[in-house]
Amino acid sequence: MVVLSLRFLFIAPVFFEKYDVHGEMSRVPAEVMESIRKNKVCLKGGLKTPVGGGVSSLNVQLRKELDLFASLVNCFNLPGLPTRHENVDIVVIRENTEGEYAGLEHEVVPGVVESLKVITKFCSERIAKYAFEYAYLNNRKKVTAVHKANIMKLADGLFLESCREVAKKYPSITYNEIIVDNCCMQLVAKPEQFDVMVTPNLYGNLVANTAAGIAGGTGVMPGGNVGADHAVFEQGASAGNVGKDKIVLENKANPVALLLSSAMMLRHLQFPSFADRLETAVKKVIAEGKCRTKDLGGTSTTQEVVDAVIAKLD
Amino acid sequence: MSRRSLTLLKNLARNANGSGFQTRSVTYMPRPGDGAPRAVTLIPGDGIGPLVTNAVEQVMEAMHAPVFFEKYDVHGEMSRVPAEVMESIRKNKVCLKGGLKTPVGGGVSSLNVQLRKELDLFASLVNCFNLPGLPTRHENVDIVVIRENTEGEYAGLEHEVVPGVVESLKVITKFCSERIAKYAFEYAYLNNRKKVTAVHKANIMKLADGLFLESCREVAKKYPSITYNEIIVDNCCMQLVAKPEQFDVMVTPNLYGNLVANTAAGIAGGTGVMPGGNVGADHAVFEQGASAGNVGKDKIVLENKANPVALLLSSAMMLRHLQFPSFADRLETAVKKVIAEGKCRTKDLGGTSTTQEVVDAVIAKLD
Repeated sequence: MVVLSLRFLFIAPVFFEKYDVHGEMSRVPAEVMESIRKNKVCLKGGLKTPVGGGVSSLNVQLRKELDLFASLVNCFNLPGLPTRHENVDIVVIRENTEGEYAGLEHEVVPGVVESLKVITKFCSERIAKYAFEYAYLNNRKKVTAVHKANIMKLADGLFLESCREVAKKYPSITYNEIIVDNCCMQLVAKPEQFDVMVTPNLYGNLVANTAAGIAGGTGVMPGGNVGADHAVFEQGASAGNVGKDKIVLENKANPVALLLSSAMMLRHLQFPSFADRLETAVKKVIAEGKCRTKDLGGTSTTQEVVDAVIAKLD
Repeated sequence: MSRRSLTLLKNLARNANGSGFQTRSVTYMPRPGDGAPRAVTLIPGDGIGPLVTNAVEQVMEAMHAPVFFEKYDVHGEMSRVPAEVMESIRKNKVCLKGGLKTPVGGGVSSLNVQLRKELDLFASLVNCFNLPGLPTRHENVDIVVIRENTEGEYAGLEHEVVPGVVESLKVITKFCSERIAKYAFEYAYLNNRKKVTAVHKANIMKLADGLFLESCREVAKKYPSITYNEIIVDNCCMQLVAKPEQFDVMVTPNLYGNLVANTAAGIAGGTGVMPGGNVGADHAVFEQGASAGNVGKDKIVLENKANPVALLLSSAMMLRHLQFPSFADRLETAVKKVIAEGKCRTKDLGGTSTTQEVVDAVIAKLD
């Protein structure tokens, strides 16, 4: 809704085909999948995944069916929004299809559950390639692989091997590795040392949310999921807020993350000047500091932030 | 006798967690022979291990504490912990460990993990808190992370199905989940903590983490005075860096516990100052609370700049475990005074002192 209202004043060369999907559905409806396959680009608000047995996550299903193997979150300090950490500019590239979130669990005997974490050379290689390609195309200097190969020697060892092989092809980009528990500690102590980070599925989820938290919160970080053929844009790191009814009732959700993600989407669709105009307007609103939602310490509603952004468009 | 010692234990813990500068006004009445020295197995280990364990030895001697150490040489590249070391720990029941460096990649399995499994040290405990006089970006941090230590993702059960495809098993059992939940609530109860938070990812790993949550909920019912809530692990990481004051005791499975503990240690001052240990039904091994990343750092070893505070505070926990509370208080008070003064700090806290200088300062402050 937020993006639609922008569209009218913005006259961006996009039009939306809207579909109703809810987290409790057992599958994403076939017509929605068809539409995404036809359009190749999708913008998503968020789907709430029920805790516990029963329905499997529709977010995960979407990523698997469209093979959106890379999840990207860009966490950075916004000018005018002070946080406890400065000089944060981290891009977390997370493998999106295998690893711990494969959903392969079974109860061996009552009271004993086994959960499979699968790591393959194929998926590790392509996510490493994507990460280095991203760094190369965006003028980034360093790629850090996050792992726990001292304990999970075979699984994370395979991931690291793939990263090392790809790193050889990009000699101008610095490559290093960090164990995930040390990584979490370094993120909160000295985040400026990180640039691009490539990780398997679970670590990526936690690292992305930690990085989003130190840089301003999940309400402002853009991101998306991309595969060879399709791209789905959504809030970068959306832990915890999707199902919060209180925020919905009071209309205090922060639209900044999705607005910045839709700017990424406009670039993806090769409309860079619209993307720049949108990003500039959003950053001006944040820098001014007059119109902020509750998660940033302000009292505005979602609509007020939207109006402020529209007012700042040139 | 048992009810009185419970009250005393609560008072002990309250004083220890709260002020750090008070001296005890009520001493407990020892039984004759309580002052006899206790044997503790000491494993200096690799990297900064020998530096920091040596610091503990010096301080213990300066205090004339009733412990003596049986020192053993163990290194991360060994394939197994030597049998004599295991015997010693089984005999003494208490061990102090510097750190064992685990090689990355195939070959040797982690000796740290092996020790925990063989002695069934199912609970790992890290206390992350702001130290007075050590400013950090986050205030009002006082979190205890209780992590399941034996199963989960670190079971080490991996195999290569076909070349290029590896499967790694994460096993969660009701038995282990229940006992870690019981330990967490018991800890909260004995240490006057108000809230226990379970960390999970049961929306994705429904069966595995779902089983963990069920066990936590069952145990929570038996402690109605303690608040119980649950949080998904990715949201938890974000909340830790945004509003850490909301957390009190956290109970987690193996992998999440490792990451949460290190994140919490980082926000409260770093892994160089947080005490912790591993405990099972029969044995306890005390070591630095969260020791990510520094064990193998040769530069710190060469320049003697390792921070001994974490292991000193852990050895204070050990002294309490051995029922020597007044020695524990003296040690903690001295360490906290040194930190608060700010003159003698190692590099990770922003100072320039060496390990030995910090030890000397602590010994000087002992009363």
